[in-house]
Amino acid sequence: MAKSLLEMKQITKSFPGVKALDGVSFDLNQGEIHALVGENGAGKSTLIKILAGVYPHPEYGGEVVLEGSARRFASVRESEQAGIAVIYQELSLVKDLSVAENIFLGREPRRFGIINWEELYSRAQKLLDDLHLTIDSSSPVRNLGIGQQQLVEIAKALSQNARIVVLDEPTAALTDAEVETLFGILNDLRARGVAMIYISHKLDEVFHIGDRITVLRDGKTIDTTPASETDEPRVISKMVGRAVDQIFPDAKHDRGEVVFEVRNVTVEDPSVPGKLLVDQVGFTAHKGEVLGIAGLMGSGRSEILMAIFGAHPGRKSAEILVDGKQIQIAKPSDAIKHGIGFVTEDRKRYGLILDQTILKNMTLACLRRVSGRFVTNEDAEAAAGERAASDLRIKAPSVFTVAGTLSGGNQQKVVLAKWLLTNPRVLFLDEPTRGIDVGAKQEIYAQINRLAESGLAIVLVSSELPEVLGLSDRVIVLHEGRVTGEFTRSEATPEAVMSCATGHARRAA
Amino acid sequence: MSATAEQFPKARLKLRTSALRAYTMLLALLAIWLFFQWATIDQYHPYGLFLGAINFSKLLQQTAVTGVLAVGMLMVIVSGNIDLSVGAVVGLAGGIAAMAQGWGLVPCLVAAIAVGLLIGALQGTLVAYVNIPSFIVTLGGLQAWRGVILKLTKGATIPVELPFFRSLGREFLDRRIGLALAAISIAAIAWTNLRRNRARQRHGLKTLSVSAIVTRIVVPSIVIVAFIILMNKAGGLPIPVIFLVAVALAGAFLTANTTFGRYLYAIGGNPDAARLSGINLKRYILAAFCLMGALAGLASLLHTARVGSASPDAGTLMELDAIASCVIGGTSLMGGRGTVFGAVLGALILSSLDNGMSLLNVENWAQYVVKGGVLVAAVGFDMFGRRKG
Repeated sequence: MAKSLLEMKQITKSFPGVKALDGVSFDLNQGEIHALVGENGAGKSTLIKILAGVYPHPEYGGEVVLEGSARRFASVRESEQAGIAVIYQELSLVKDLSVAENIFLGREPRRFGIINWEELYSRAQKLLDDLHLTIDSSSPVRNLGIGQQQLVEIAKALSQNARIVVLDEPTAALTDAEVETLFGILNDLRARGVAMIYISHKLDEVFHIGDRITVLRDGKTIDTTPASETDEPRVISKMVGRAVDQIFPDAKHDRGEVVFEVRNVTVEDPSVPGKLLVDQVGFTAHKGEVLGIAGLMGSGRSEILMAIFGAHPGRKSAEILVDGKQIQIAKPSDAIKHGIGFVTEDRKRYGLILDQTILKNMTLACLRRVSGRFVTNEDAEAAAGERAASDLRIKAPSVFTVAGTLSGGNQQKVVLAKWLLTNPRVLFLDEPTRGIDVGAKQEIYAQINRLAESGLAIVLVSSELPEVLGLSDRVIVLHEGRVTGEFTRSEATPEAVMSCATGHARRAA
Repeated sequence: MSATAEQFPKARLKLRTSALRAYTMLLALLAIWLFFQWATIDQYHPYGLFLGAINFSKLLQQTAVTGVLAVGMLMVIVSGNIDLSVGAVVGLAGGIAAMAQGWGLVPCLVAAIAVGLLIGALQGTLVAYVNIPSFIVTLGGLQAWRGVILKLTKGATIPVELPFFRSLGREFLDRRIGLALAAISIAAIAWTNLRRNRARQRHGLKTLSVSAIVTRIVVPSIVIVAFIILMNKAGGLPIPVIFLVAVALAGAFLTANTTFGRYLYAIGGNPDAARLSGINLKRYILAAFCLMGALAGLASLLHTARVGSASPDAGTLMELDAIASCVIGGTSLMGGRGTVFGAVLGALILSSLDNGMSLLNVENWAQYVVKGGVLVAAVGFDMFGRRKG
């Protein structure tokens, strides 16, 4: 076996309340593409951020060894100087500068402090030509497609003499033709001896391009195998294998009549006209039932809820029925009026006003009903808020505590309380337990079951498969904006659902 | 500013700092007052001149215009926007009011407020519905409205001739009316406190002790009575001050006790969360600009009446005083944070500096430097306190 270029040994990293990495080991050889796979939250990004110097040395445990010598990167710059380049999912190009300017940003060839433009453009063009790219180095990045921008990022990495290139979900926004171009270049780089870490949810790609595959799960390395010695089902089972029953309380849901139905939901990407994020999806939600929507990143699972709720910025169309009657939802207040509640993902961005008190956050969506049409009644609010806080067991000194000071789990409960106070009949939950610890997760799970038992129809979207499987009575699976599978609780095994989610299999109900 | 949200023990500390901020501002104002009182001691004024009835009354009259504007500005800033056109609107509305005197008193007063309201509605529409940043819209307004003044008045200064119009800026209320107002306010304070306590009881919340209720009624009552006595010594309650108090009370009620106010803070604090909670952002941002415009119209009346004439450059730089008042009073220019109480206090701090330094014959250049320094220091102090909290 070739000598390791990079070794990461026994890496540990904790965030408040969560152990993100727990003794992860990972190695990379020269001229190798090593794929890193795992569910969301498995620790892939954290591992990469340690390698990239985003989390500097003393913040993590373990050892990073590059070409036999231990390295402790204190900053992104140090990591870059050691020849490590990370190409993140969100590209970091300056859109209004030219391709060449982007490639040499901060390292422009200059004489006496004055930029030598001829050299800049000729060197950039040579880099692009070496990669067999037909991109003009003087054209503004804004004019390039996402795929070409990705390739410019790779050229930039190579211009820094990167020996290790990390690609985080590089194909998420690419067309099939662009993916082919990318793979051609990656093969080329591999032949030149560049080592690459390839992070992707798309297992077919991983097997197509990867030499070895490492599976992470719950912050631990599960397994590293050569791609030729394993297959998709085996990798999937390693990704999901976990005792689900332990965390999820047994629940008996009495399925009632259909209260909510959507048909033909189609959602367009607001920044890429013509690209569909969700394509002709429909589902029904029954009273007293949890419907799970499973899907990987980019499957359209959040966009579908946003679109139904009237909050998607781009073009969309959908037929929405509440109690069998067709309704129109143009904006979130319409949805709320029709009894739809939406516990949005990313509580800090979409859910909470961190500066304000728990109480003001909880009553924001129901203010007129709970407090008053125009003049507010703080006492009525406080009474309603304290009831909700104790129902959900929000741990805080009082409802007048500022929301930003709460732990993640309690913040999530505040968002949940906000929507329960709108008296919904259908409750959308998008990533309801993201970034909170196991104890708080269990409490949220218990609340979800309690709400279903009380007759609410719940639509649960989560990137954590065990969560979807542990809570849902029915599961639909999305892959690239389309339904690829539908399961009842007993049929929904992690392997079967993951196969549909990765586009590997299809299954009708 | 990184909010380390996961750490729980900080909760209590942060609450305390937010309450402290109001007291700190009050203390800063008191310190400024006491300093000027001490600095104005001379052979004729053995106890100092600054806080004497005549000067104090004048100080409050000087605060009125900036204070009224600051209340409107606060609402705009809390919603995450800014209005730079305020000074020009004061000039234009005041000019139109002065020109409209021939139509009679009521049309001329209504005209000023209507002009402000219309401008606010126009600018608010451009910000909320056309999505042009408020900085740009109102920077354009700052220039355009000043141009309109020049066109309408042909550059001339128009004197205020209607006696009632003039009295808005200069007259005093009869002493007995002042005392009656004091009595009414005390009764109102007592009534709201008692009613509130009954309501708490009804909702099953903890009620206040008798001594706490008495304190909450007696302390403000003493302040009100002392204030009215002081004003009466200087001829009675000045009419501009009545407008300031009324606007401040209405603004405080609007921001703290209505759904409108709550939504404004939500929109400025986190527009995404506000939108997803079903709030119509555009409507409330438009409303904030309309209120700002109407208040600029009112301020233009007070200013024109006080000066006695409408000049083409009236109101110049007033927008910056209004913004500075808000900022000194703890308002975040990022939106979502600030109080009417703080904004009015900020206006009072600014006019106290103006008034006090003029009494001390501080040279003009030094006055500017001090006021600029106070603005930056107030925000620096706030940031420092926030980081620690």
